[in-house]
Amino acid sequence: MGQLLRTSFARELETLQTDTLMLGSMVIQALKESVEALRQRDMETARRLIKEDEVINRKRFEIEADCLRLIATQQPMAGNLRLIAAVLEISTELERIGDYAKGIGRIILLIGPEALLKPLVDIPRMCEIATNMLQQALDAFLNQDVEAARTIPLQDDEVDALYNQVHRDLIALILEDPSLIDRTNYLLWAAHNLERAADRVTNICERIIFTVTGEFIEFDMN
Amino acid sequence: MHIYYGDFCAVRDVDMKVPTNKITAIIGPSGCGKSTVLRCFNRMNDLISSARIEGRVLFQGQNIYDADVDPVEVRRRIGMVFQKPNPFPKTIYENVAWGTRINGFRGDMDEMVERALRSAALWEEVKDKLQQSALGLSGGQQQRLCIARAIAVEPEIILMDEPASALDPIATLRIEDLMKELSEKYTIIVVTHNMQQAARISDFTAFFSVDDRRNGNLIEFDDTEKIFTNPGQKRTEDYITGRFG
Repeated sequence: MGQLLRTSFARELETLQTDTLMLGSMVIQALKESVEALRQRDMETARRLIKEDEVINRKRFEIEADCLRLIATQQPMAGNLRLIAAVLEISTELERIGDYAKGIGRIILLIGPEALLKPLVDIPRMCEIATNMLQQALDAFLNQDVEAARTIPLQDDEVDALYNQVHRDLIALILEDPSLIDRTNYLLWAAHNLERAADRVTNICERIIFTVTGEFIEFDMN
Repeated sequence: MHIYYGDFCAVRDVDMKVPTNKITAIIGPSGCGKSTVLRCFNRMNDLISSARIEGRVLFQGQNIYDADVDPVEVRRRIGMVFQKPNPFPKTIYENVAWGTRINGFRGDMDEMVERALRSAALWEEVKDKLQQSALGLSGGQQQRLCIARAIAVEPEIILMDEPASALDPIATLRIEDLMKELSEKYTIIVVTHNMQQAARISDFTAFFSVDDRRNGNLIEFDDTEKIFTNPGQKRTEDYITGRFG
Protein backbone atom coordinates (compact mmCIF):
# COMPACT_ATOMS: atom_id res chain seq x y z
CA MET A 1 0.00 0.00 0.00
CA GLY A 2 1.40 3.36 -0.96
CA GLN A 3 1.70 6.15 1.49
CA LEU A 4 -1.27 8.42 1.54
CA LEU A 5 -0.44 11.96 0.51
CA ARG A 6 -3.73 13.37 1.70
CA THR A 7 -3.59 12.41 5.37
CA SER A 8 -6.31 14.79 6.54
CA PHE A 9 -8.66 13.55 3.83
CA ALA A 10 -7.84 9.95 4.78
CA ARG A 11 -8.70 10.74 8.39
CA GLU A 12 -12.00 12.25 7.33
CA LEU A 13 -12.84 9.14 5.33
CA GLU A 14 -12.09 7.02 8.40
CA THR A 15 -14.35 9.21 10.49
CA LEU A 16 -17.08 8.78 7.90
CA GLN A 17 -16.74 5.01 8.17
CA THR A 18 -16.73 5.13 11.97
CA ASP A 19 -19.83 7.31 12.02
CA THR A 20 -21.60 4.90 9.69
CA LEU A 21 -20.73 2.00 11.99
CA MET A 22 -21.98 4.01 14.96
CA LEU A 23 -25.28 4.68 13.19
CA GLY A 24 -25.49 0.95 12.45
CA SER A 25 -24.99 0.07 16.12
CA MET A 26 -27.69 2.53 17.16
CA VAL A 27 -30.09 0.93 14.69
CA ILE A 28 -29.30 -2.64 15.82
CA GLN A 29 -29.87 -1.62 19.43
CA ALA A 30 -33.19 0.07 18.58
CA LEU A 31 -34.45 -2.93 16.62
CA LYS A 32 -33.54 -5.39 19.38
CA GLU A 33 -35.13 -3.23 22.05
CA SER A 34 -38.29 -2.78 20.00
CA VAL A 35 -38.92 -6.52 19.72
CA GLU A 36 -38.08 -7.08 23.37
CA ALA A 37 -40.51 -4.28 24.29
CA LEU A 38 -43.13 -5.93 22.08
CA ARG A 39 -42.64 -9.19 23.91
CA GLN A 40 -43.02 -7.45 27.28
CA ARG A 41 -45.63 -4.91 26.09
CA ASP A 42 -43.31 -2.32 27.59
CA MET A 43 -45.02 0.99 26.84
CA GLU A 44 -42.31 3.09 28.36
CA THR A 45 -39.57 1.62 26.17
CA ALA A 46 -41.86 1.90 23.15
CA ARG A 47 -42.31 5.63 23.76
CA ARG A 48 -38.59 6.08 24.29
CA LEU A 49 -37.78 4.25 21.03
CA ILE A 50 -40.18 6.49 19.11
CA LYS A 51 -38.50 9.55 20.56
CA GLU A 52 -34.95 8.26 20.09
CA ASP A 53 -35.51 7.69 16.40
CA GLU A 54 -34.86 11.41 16.08
CA VAL A 55 -31.30 10.81 17.28
CA ILE A 56 -30.84 8.22 14.51
CA ASN A 57 -32.27 10.62 11.94
CA ARG A 58 -29.95 13.40 13.09
CA LYS A 59 -26.93 11.14 12.90
CA ARG A 60 -27.87 10.16 9.34
CA PHE A 61 -28.15 13.84 8.32
CA GLU A 62 -24.75 14.54 9.87
CA ILE A 63 -23.24 11.73 7.79
CA GLU A 64 -24.93 13.02 4.66
CA ALA A 65 -23.65 16.55 5.29
CA ASP A 66 -20.13 15.18 5.80
CA CYS A 67 -20.34 13.28 2.50
CA LEU A 68 -21.45 16.37 0.61
CA ARG A 69 -18.74 18.47 2.24
CA LEU A 70 -16.05 15.96 1.26
CA ILE A 71 -17.33 15.78 -2.33
CA ALA A 72 -17.36 19.57 -2.58
CA THR A 73 -14.02 20.21 -0.91
CA GLN A 74 -11.88 17.17 -1.73
CA GLN A 75 -13.04 16.13 -5.21
CA PRO A 76 -12.77 12.44 -4.33
CA MET A 77 -11.94 10.00 -7.10
CA ALA A 78 -12.19 6.27 -7.75
CA GLY A 79 -12.28 4.15 -4.56
CA ASN A 80 -12.68 7.22 -2.33
CA LEU A 81 -15.57 8.45 -4.45
CA ARG A 82 -17.25 5.06 -4.38
CA LEU A 83 -16.84 4.87 -0.60
CA ILE A 84 -18.56 8.23 -0.12
CA ALA A 85 -21.33 7.32 -2.56
CA ALA A 86 -21.83 4.03 -0.70
CA VAL A 87 -21.93 5.77 2.69
CA LEU A 88 -24.70 8.04 1.39
CA GLU A 89 -26.74 4.98 0.43
CA ILE A 90 -25.89 2.88 3.47
CA SER A 91 -26.74 5.65 5.93
CA THR A 92 -30.13 6.03 4.24
CA GLU A 93 -30.76 2.29 4.53
CA LEU A 94 -29.77 2.35 8.20
CA GLU A 95 -32.03 5.28 8.90
CA ARG A 96 -34.94 3.39 7.34
CA ILE A 97 -34.19 0.32 9.46
CA GLY A 98 -34.31 2.71 12.42
CA ASP A 99 -37.79 3.74 11.25
CA TYR A 100 -38.86 0.09 11.42
CA ALA A 101 -37.84 -0.01 15.09
CA LYS A 102 -39.85 3.15 15.67
CA GLY A 103 -42.74 1.55 13.76
CA ILE A 104 -42.68 -1.45 16.11
CA GLY A 105 -42.69 1.05 19.01
CA ARG A 106 -45.90 2.56 17.63
CA ILE A 107 -47.41 -0.91 17.18
CA ILE A 108 -46.69 -1.65 20.85
CA LEU A 109 -48.64 1.46 21.88
CA LEU A 110 -51.54 0.40 19.63
CA ILE A 111 -51.61 -3.11 21.06
CA GLY A 112 -51.50 -1.79 24.61
CA PRO A 113 -50.52 -3.66 27.75
CA GLU A 114 -52.93 -6.57 27.35
CA ALA A 115 -51.59 -10.08 26.67
CA LEU A 116 -50.63 -10.99 23.11
CA LEU A 117 -52.72 -13.41 21.10
CA LYS A 118 -49.99 -15.98 21.35
CA PRO A 119 -46.45 -16.12 22.69
CA LEU A 120 -43.92 -14.51 20.32
CA VAL A 121 -41.53 -17.03 18.86
CA ASP A 122 -41.00 -16.35 15.18
CA ILE A 123 -40.89 -12.55 15.42
CA PRO A 124 -37.99 -12.51 17.94
CA ARG A 125 -36.24 -15.07 15.76
CA MET A 126 -36.67 -12.80 12.71
CA CYS A 127 -35.23 -9.93 14.73
CA GLU A 128 -32.28 -12.03 15.80
CA ILE A 129 -31.42 -13.02 12.24
CA ALA A 130 -31.96 -9.52 10.83
CA THR A 131 -29.81 -7.85 13.47
CA ASN A 132 -27.11 -10.52 13.07
CA MET A 133 -27.13 -9.92 9.34
CA LEU A 134 -26.80 -6.19 9.96
CA GLN A 135 -23.91 -6.67 12.37
CA GLN A 136 -22.14 -8.89 9.83
CA ALA A 137 -22.77 -6.32 7.11
CA LEU A 138 -21.26 -3.57 9.26
CA ASP A 139 -18.20 -5.76 9.82
CA ALA A 140 -17.97 -6.42 6.09
CA PHE A 141 -18.23 -2.67 5.45
CA LEU A 142 -15.44 -1.95 7.91
CA ASN A 143 -13.19 -4.64 6.43
CA GLN A 144 -14.27 -4.03 2.82
CA ASP A 145 -15.00 -7.76 2.73
CA VAL A 146 -16.65 -8.57 -0.61
CA GLU A 147 -16.92 -12.29 0.08
CA ALA A 148 -18.89 -11.70 3.27
CA ALA A 149 -21.05 -9.12 1.49
CA ARG A 150 -21.94 -11.74 -1.11
CA THR A 151 -22.96 -14.41 1.42
CA ILE A 152 -24.76 -12.37 4.12
CA PRO A 153 -27.87 -11.84 1.92
CA LEU A 154 -28.39 -15.61 1.73
CA GLN A 155 -29.75 -15.45 5.29
CA ASP A 156 -32.59 -13.29 4.06
CA ASP A 157 -34.36 -16.45 2.83
CA GLU A 158 -34.75 -17.59 6.40
CA VAL A 159 -36.26 -14.26 7.44
CA ASP A 160 -38.68 -14.46 4.51
CA ALA A 161 -39.65 -18.02 5.46
CA LEU A 162 -40.33 -16.94 9.05
CA TYR A 163 -42.39 -14.02 7.82
CA ASN A 164 -44.51 -16.38 5.71
CA GLN A 165 -44.92 -18.60 8.75
CA VAL A 166 -46.09 -15.67 10.91
CA HIS A 167 -48.42 -14.60 8.12
CA ARG A 168 -50.02 -18.06 7.91
CA ASP A 169 -50.42 -18.34 11.70
CA LEU A 170 -52.04 -14.94 12.01
CA ILE A 171 -54.41 -15.50 9.09
CA ALA A 172 -55.45 -18.76 10.75
CA LEU A 173 -56.24 -16.83 13.93
CA ILE A 174 -58.37 -14.33 12.00
CA LEU A 175 -60.27 -17.14 10.32
CA GLU A 176 -61.03 -18.64 13.71
CA ASP A 177 -62.16 -15.36 15.22
CA PRO A 178 -62.59 -12.36 12.88
CA SER A 179 -62.88 -9.98 15.84
CA LEU A 180 -59.12 -10.42 16.32
CA ILE A 181 -58.38 -8.78 12.99
CA ASP A 182 -56.89 -5.56 14.42
CA ARG A 183 -54.64 -7.26 16.93
CA THR A 184 -53.35 -9.81 14.43
CA ASN A 185 -52.81 -7.06 11.93
CA TYR A 186 -50.54 -5.21 14.37
CA LEU A 187 -48.36 -8.26 14.80
CA LEU A 188 -48.27 -8.83 11.08
CA TRP A 189 -46.96 -5.28 10.66
CA ALA A 190 -44.26 -5.87 13.22
CA ALA A 191 -43.16 -8.98 11.31
CA HIS A 192 -43.31 -7.09 8.05
CA ASN A 193 -41.01 -4.40 9.45
CA LEU A 194 -38.45 -7.03 10.36
CA GLU A 195 -38.72 -8.66 6.96
CA ARG A 196 -38.05 -5.29 5.33
CA ALA A 197 -35.13 -4.63 7.69
CA ALA A 198 -33.41 -7.79 6.42
CA ASP A 199 -34.07 -6.69 2.81
CA ARG A 200 -32.33 -3.41 3.54
CA VAL A 201 -29.31 -5.28 4.93
CA THR A 202 -29.16 -6.94 1.51
CA ASN A 203 -29.07 -3.47 -0.10
CA ILE A 204 -26.23 -2.50 2.21
CA CYS A 205 -24.30 -5.58 1.08
CA GLU A 206 -24.77 -4.52 -2.55
CA ARG A 207 -23.22 -1.15 -1.69
CA ILE A 208 -20.25 -2.78 0.03
CA ILE A 209 -19.55 -4.76 -3.12
CA PHE A 210 -19.85 -1.57 -5.15
CA THR A 211 -17.39 0.23 -2.87
CA VAL A 212 -14.75 -2.42 -3.37
CA THR A 213 -15.29 -3.53 -6.97
CA GLY A 214 -17.21 -0.70 -8.62
CA GLU A 215 -19.73 -3.27 -9.77
CA PHE A 216 -23.47 -2.58 -9.41
CA ILE A 217 -25.23 -5.80 -8.53
CA GLU A 218 -28.65 -6.61 -7.22
CA PHE A 219 -29.33 -9.64 -5.11
CA ASP A 220 -32.53 -11.29 -6.17
CA MET A 221 -33.54 -13.31 -3.16
CA ASN A 222 -36.34 -15.04 -5.01
CA MET B 1 6.64 3.82 -29.57
CA HIS B 2 9.72 4.54 -27.43
CA ILE B 3 11.14 8.03 -27.07
CA TYR B 4 14.80 8.74 -26.32
CA TYR B 5 16.82 11.80 -25.39
CA GLY B 6 20.29 10.63 -26.40
CA ASP B 7 20.75 7.21 -24.76
CA PHE B 8 18.13 7.85 -22.11
CA CYS B 9 14.77 6.25 -22.77
CA ALA B 10 12.35 8.96 -21.61
CA VAL B 11 9.18 7.08 -22.48
CA ARG B 12 8.82 3.42 -23.38
CA ASP B 13 6.16 1.13 -24.80
CA VAL B 14 3.48 3.66 -25.61
CA ASP B 15 0.69 2.08 -27.59
CA MET B 16 -2.53 4.04 -27.77
CA LYS B 17 -5.31 4.85 -30.20
CA VAL B 18 -6.60 8.40 -30.04
CA PRO B 19 -10.30 8.57 -30.99
CA THR B 20 -11.37 11.12 -33.60
CA ASN B 21 -13.41 14.17 -32.54
CA LYS B 22 -13.00 13.37 -28.88
CA ILE B 23 -10.93 14.93 -26.14
CA THR B 24 -8.18 12.68 -24.85
CA ALA B 25 -6.43 13.79 -21.67
CA ILE B 26 -2.93 12.71 -20.73
CA ILE B 27 -2.32 12.79 -16.99
CA GLY B 28 0.48 11.62 -14.73
CA PRO B 29 3.15 12.80 -12.28
CA SER B 30 5.98 15.14 -13.26
CA GLY B 31 8.64 13.42 -15.34
CA CYS B 32 6.34 10.70 -16.67
CA GLY B 33 6.77 11.94 -20.23
CA LYS B 34 3.33 13.43 -20.84
CA SER B 35 4.57 16.47 -22.75
CA THR B 36 7.25 14.44 -24.51
CA VAL B 37 4.58 12.10 -25.86
CA LEU B 38 2.35 15.00 -26.86
CA ARG B 39 5.16 16.64 -28.80
CA CYS B 40 5.78 13.40 -30.68
CA PHE B 41 2.31 13.64 -32.13
CA ASN B 42 3.28 16.53 -34.39
CA ARG B 43 7.04 16.07 -34.57
CA MET B 44 7.80 18.97 -32.24
CA ASN B 45 10.56 16.82 -30.76
CA ASP B 46 12.36 17.07 -34.13
CA LEU B 47 13.42 20.51 -32.91
CA ILE B 48 15.36 18.92 -30.03
CA SER B 49 18.51 17.47 -31.60
CA SER B 50 19.03 14.65 -29.05
CA ALA B 51 15.42 13.46 -29.24
CA ARG B 52 14.53 10.45 -31.33
CA ILE B 53 11.66 8.03 -31.47
CA GLU B 54 11.44 4.34 -32.20
CA GLY B 55 8.13 3.14 -33.52
CA ARG B 56 5.37 4.80 -35.44
CA VAL B 57 2.79 7.54 -35.05
CA LEU B 58 0.02 6.79 -37.51
CA PHE B 59 -2.18 9.65 -38.68
CA GLN B 60 -4.84 8.55 -41.15
CA GLY B 61 -2.85 5.41 -41.80
CA GLN B 62 0.42 7.20 -42.55
CA ASN B 63 3.42 7.19 -40.22
CA ILE B 64 4.17 10.89 -39.68
CA TYR B 65 7.84 10.00 -39.21
CA ASP B 66 8.22 8.49 -42.71
CA ALA B 67 11.04 10.05 -44.72
CA ASP B 68 8.72 11.48 -47.36
CA VAL B 69 6.50 13.30 -44.85
CA ASP B 70 6.98 17.07 -44.53
CA PRO B 71 7.06 17.99 -40.80
CA VAL B 72 5.71 21.46 -41.56
CA GLU B 73 2.65 19.93 -43.19
CA VAL B 74 2.31 17.60 -40.19
CA ARG B 75 2.24 20.61 -37.87
CA ARG B 76 -0.35 22.38 -40.02
CA ARG B 77 -2.67 19.42 -39.79
CA ILE B 78 -1.82 18.68 -36.16
CA GLY B 79 -1.69 22.05 -34.41
CA MET B 80 -0.46 22.88 -30.96
CA VAL B 81 -1.33 25.22 -28.11
CA PHE B 82 1.22 25.71 -25.35
CA GLN B 83 1.12 26.22 -21.61
CA LYS B 84 1.91 29.91 -21.67
CA PRO B 85 0.00 32.00 -24.18
CA ASN B 86 2.56 32.96 -26.81
CA PRO B 87 0.96 35.41 -29.23
CA PHE B 88 3.25 37.10 -31.75
CA PRO B 89 4.05 40.74 -30.92
CA LYS B 90 1.71 41.80 -33.69
CA THR B 91 -1.91 42.85 -34.01
CA ILE B 92 -4.72 40.54 -33.03
CA TYR B 93 -5.67 40.29 -36.70
CA GLU B 94 -2.15 39.41 -37.83
CA ASN B 95 -1.81 36.73 -35.19
CA VAL B 96 -4.71 34.85 -36.73
CA ALA B 97 -3.96 35.70 -40.37
CA TRP B 98 -0.26 34.89 -40.27
CA GLY B 99 -0.38 31.11 -40.38
CA THR B 100 -2.81 30.95 -43.25
CA ARG B 101 -0.94 33.62 -45.19
CA ILE B 102 2.32 31.68 -45.17
CA ASN B 103 0.31 28.63 -46.22
CA GLY B 104 -0.76 30.56 -49.31
CA PHE B 105 -4.35 31.29 -48.31
CA ARG B 106 -6.17 32.98 -51.19
CA GLY B 107 -9.69 33.45 -49.79
CA ASP B 108 -11.33 36.29 -47.86
CA MET B 109 -8.89 36.93 -45.04
CA ASP B 110 -11.30 39.11 -42.99
CA GLU B 111 -13.90 36.39 -43.06
CA MET B 112 -11.35 33.73 -42.13
CA VAL B 113 -10.06 35.79 -39.17
CA GLU B 114 -13.60 36.36 -37.91
CA ARG B 115 -14.45 32.68 -38.25
CA ALA B 116 -11.36 31.60 -36.34
CA LEU B 117 -11.94 34.18 -33.60
CA ARG B 118 -15.59 33.16 -33.31
CA SER B 119 -14.61 29.50 -33.05
CA ALA B 120 -12.22 30.43 -30.27
CA ALA B 121 -15.00 32.33 -28.46
CA LEU B 122 -13.01 35.55 -28.66
CA TRP B 123 -14.68 37.52 -31.46
CA GLU B 124 -17.13 39.49 -29.31
CA GLU B 125 -14.33 40.69 -27.06
CA VAL B 126 -11.88 41.79 -29.78
CA LYS B 127 -13.95 42.65 -32.87
CA ASP B 128 -13.50 46.40 -32.28
CA LYS B 129 -9.77 46.25 -31.69
CA LEU B 130 -8.43 43.83 -34.26
CA GLN B 131 -5.60 46.20 -35.16
CA GLN B 132 -4.39 46.53 -31.57
CA SER B 133 -1.45 44.54 -30.24
CA ALA B 134 -2.24 41.03 -29.10
CA LEU B 135 -0.01 41.63 -26.11
CA GLY B 136 -2.62 44.01 -24.67
CA LEU B 137 -5.06 41.14 -24.14
CA SER B 138 -5.51 39.35 -20.82
CA GLY B 139 -3.84 35.96 -20.33
CA GLY B 140 -7.07 34.08 -20.95
CA GLN B 141 -7.80 36.12 -24.08
CA GLN B 142 -4.24 35.58 -25.32
CA GLN B 143 -4.67 31.84 -24.89
CA ARG B 144 -7.93 31.88 -26.84
CA LEU B 145 -6.14 33.94 -29.50
CA CYS B 146 -3.50 31.21 -29.71
CA ILE B 147 -6.32 28.69 -30.13
CA ALA B 148 -7.81 30.88 -32.89
CA ARG B 149 -4.38 31.00 -34.51
CA ALA B 150 -4.09 27.22 -34.28
CA ILE B 151 -7.50 26.58 -35.82
CA ALA B 152 -7.13 29.24 -38.53
CA VAL B 153 -5.00 26.86 -40.59
CA GLU B 154 -7.77 24.25 -40.31
CA PRO B 155 -5.95 21.44 -38.57
CA GLU B 156 -7.56 18.10 -37.84
CA ILE B 157 -5.98 17.59 -34.45
CA ILE B 158 -5.17 20.14 -31.77
CA LEU B 159 -2.54 19.26 -29.19
CA MET B 160 -2.73 21.25 -25.96
CA ASP B 161 0.04 21.25 -23.40
CA GLU B 162 -1.36 22.46 -20.07
CA PRO B 163 -3.40 25.10 -21.90
CA ALA B 164 -4.99 26.55 -18.78
CA SER B 165 -2.31 26.17 -16.13
CA ALA B 166 -1.21 29.80 -16.40
CA LEU B 167 -4.77 31.12 -16.27
CA ASP B 168 -7.11 32.14 -13.45
CA PRO B 169 -10.12 29.90 -12.63
CA ILE B 170 -12.62 31.84 -14.75
CA ALA B 171 -10.34 31.96 -17.80
CA THR B 172 -9.65 28.25 -17.22
CA LEU B 173 -13.36 27.40 -17.32
CA ARG B 174 -13.74 29.40 -20.56
CA ILE B 175 -10.91 27.44 -22.16
CA GLU B 176 -12.41 24.16 -20.96
CA ASP B 177 -15.79 25.13 -22.34
CA LEU B 178 -14.18 26.09 -25.61
CA MET B 179 -12.37 22.76 -25.81
CA LYS B 180 -15.70 20.94 -25.48
CA GLU B 181 -17.11 22.97 -28.36
CA LEU B 182 -14.03 22.49 -30.51
CA SER B 183 -14.11 18.74 -30.01
CA GLU B 184 -17.16 18.60 -32.27
CA LYS B 185 -14.90 19.55 -35.17
CA TYR B 186 -11.42 18.64 -34.01
CA THR B 187 -9.66 15.83 -32.24
CA ILE B 188 -8.07 17.24 -29.09
CA ILE B 189 -5.26 15.77 -27.05
CA VAL B 190 -4.55 17.67 -23.86
CA VAL B 191 -1.81 17.26 -21.29
CA THR B 192 -2.89 18.44 -17.88
CA HIS B 193 -1.61 18.35 -14.33
CA ASN B 194 -5.08 19.08 -13.13
CA MET B 195 -6.94 15.80 -12.63
CA GLN B 196 -10.26 17.50 -12.03
CA GLN B 197 -9.81 19.25 -15.35
CA ALA B 198 -9.14 15.96 -17.11
CA ALA B 199 -12.22 14.49 -15.42
CA ARG B 200 -14.37 17.48 -16.40
CA ILE B 201 -13.47 17.86 -20.03
CA SER B 202 -12.08 14.68 -21.53
CA ASP B 203 -13.78 11.67 -23.08
CA PHE B 204 -10.74 9.44 -22.74
CA THR B 205 -7.84 9.54 -20.32
CA ALA B 206 -4.35 8.15 -20.62
CA PHE B 207 -2.48 7.75 -17.35
CA PHE B 208 1.31 7.76 -17.59
CA SER B 209 3.68 7.01 -14.78
CA VAL B 210 7.39 6.70 -14.26
CA ASP B 211 9.22 3.50 -13.29
CA ASP B 212 12.34 2.87 -11.19
CA ARG B 213 14.60 3.56 -14.17
CA ARG B 214 12.84 6.90 -14.62
CA ASN B 215 11.30 5.70 -17.88
CA GLY B 216 7.85 7.08 -18.45
CA ASN B 217 5.22 4.60 -19.57
CA LEU B 218 1.55 4.32 -20.29
CA ILE B 219 -0.21 2.58 -17.40
CA GLU B 220 -3.81 2.79 -18.46
CA PHE B 221 -5.95 4.22 -21.25
CA ASP B 222 -9.73 4.12 -20.94
CA ASP B 223 -12.97 6.07 -20.87
CA THR B 224 -12.50 9.04 -18.55
CA GLU B 225 -15.51 7.97 -16.52
CA LYS B 226 -13.93 4.57 -15.93
CA ILE B 227 -10.53 6.01 -15.03
CA PHE B 228 -11.96 8.35 -12.41
CA THR B 229 -14.62 6.11 -10.89
CA ASN B 230 -13.14 2.64 -11.15
CA PRO B 231 -9.71 2.46 -12.76
CA GLY B 232 -8.44 -0.93 -13.86
CA GLN B 233 -4.90 -0.50 -12.55
CA LYS B 234 -3.90 -0.06 -8.95
CA ARG B 235 -1.23 2.49 -9.92
CA THR B 236 -3.88 4.64 -11.55
CA GLU B 237 -6.06 4.41 -8.44
CA ASP B 238 -3.11 5.30 -6.22
CA TYR B 239 -2.29 8.33 -8.30
CA ILE B 240 -5.76 9.77 -8.67
CA THR B 241 -6.68 9.21 -5.03
CA GLY B 242 -3.44 10.79 -3.82
CA ARG B 243 -1.40 7.74 -2.91
CA PHE B 244 2.01 7.01 -4.20
CA GLY B 245 4.36 4.04 -3.88
